[in-house]
Amino acid sequence: MAEELSLIDFWTAPYGMRVRIALEEQGIQYQFIEEDLSTLDKSPLLLKMNPIHKKIPVLIHGGRPICESLIILQYIDEVWNETSPLLPQDPQQRAHARFWADFVDKKVYECVTNMWKKKGEALEAAKKEFIETFKLMEGAMGDDLFLGGETFGFLDIALIPFTAFFNTCEIFGNFAIEPELPKIVAWAKRCNERESVSKVLPNPPKAYEVICLARKLQGIE
Amino acid sequence: MADEVTLLNTWPSPFGIRVRIALAEKGIKYEHKEENLQDKSPLLLKMNPVHKKIPVLIHNGKPICESLVIVQYIDEVWKETSPLLPSDPHLRAQGRFWADFLDNKVLDCVRKILLTKDEKEAGKELIECLKLLEGELGEKPYFGGEKFGYVDLSFIPFYSLFYSFETFGNISIESECPKLIAWAKRCLQKESVSESVADPEKVYHFWEQRKKKLGLE
Repeated sequence: MAEELSLIDFWTAPYGMRVRIALEEQGIQYQFIEEDLSTLDKSPLLLKMNPIHKKIPVLIHGGRPICESLIILQYIDEVWNETSPLLPQDPQQRAHARFWADFVDKKVYECVTNMWKKKGEALEAAKKEFIETFKLMEGAMGDDLFLGGETFGFLDIALIPFTAFFNTCEIFGNFAIEPELPKIVAWAKRCNERESVSKVLPNPPKAYEVICLARKLQGIE
Repeated sequence: MADEVTLLNTWPSPFGIRVRIALAEKGIKYEHKEENLQDKSPLLLKMNPVHKKIPVLIHNGKPICESLVIVQYIDEVWKETSPLLPSDPHLRAQGRFWADFLDNKVLDCVRKILLTKDEKEAGKELIECLKLLEGELGEKPYFGGEKFGYVDLSFIPFYSLFYSFETFGNISIESECPKLIAWAKRCLQKESVSESVADPEKVYHFWEQRKKKLGLE
């Protein structure tokens, strides 16, 4: 008997998008429970399910919570293991995927969000860091079609949500990403051909609208 | 063909200690190369060009970086001996969650205590984090349950730093978190742990010197 599955998430949260893409990829049915991030109040359910960090996404499977998006992805991979695996089988390749996913968490989130948080000289420095960081991701891909190798997987899912904000970064940073990072842009287009990705990622104008609202709420002008 | 295993490390690093414990648990023979982080070796720069940090495990010429990635790799390659992560997916997720907690929330406090002047403030924050860990341990002998596991391995290396945290941070971990101290002593009874952890006084002197150099005392 299938256990109940729900996801506490907010539709524009990049870490939440990772989980939704993975669930779509595996064809898993779940209930989406929206946590409104535009208010400062956290729902009683979120506080109960993630008392330590009080953050989304949280996957709730059979009443038990799993927190932290990369941990949720690995959980999904291990529980629903009949369908195409998200992580490769080979330990060396798994270590490669985990290393670079950790890099995305440590570096990519900050350098993407800095593009609309910083101004003047700090913004120019942020732009430089953005390009350097994504160039390293291009290096990780080598000549493969996907970050995971020949097939779309864990590492692609870890990074792809941030590309929904590329257009926004270009507007605030006043630069074009494609000439600097052609491989990443081509990879993002390839990923967007998958239904799981195109269904989950917001389109560029919507992503821009969301960021403008977020800036207003955070008092950035 | 015999495996060639090398570990690039520095003796005070709790992250390196994690890998040493994992290798000892699995009975893996390896070459230990002590790095000087003020003068990084060409090998380290070649094997970890992205972060240029230790520990780095080199297995048959291929590098694996980031301590938790390395520990999971060791667990997957040498899977017949002493499994570190449980087999149940939910328990595995729990284990990964708490290891991630150590590397984010706890490490933030550790950095502040060792590398800034906000030692006392950070000391209080560290106690809050340790109390959460103590809550997770509960009445179990180990975080892994009846057996020493992934979270125990990820956390015990920080025991080498407890004396430093207490002295710099003006806290008493023994009085605030007695269960954690009991757990640590239990872990230290394991050979893989006692042979891998660094001496707390030696570690304290190391950080005392480092703080002096950074003008932080």
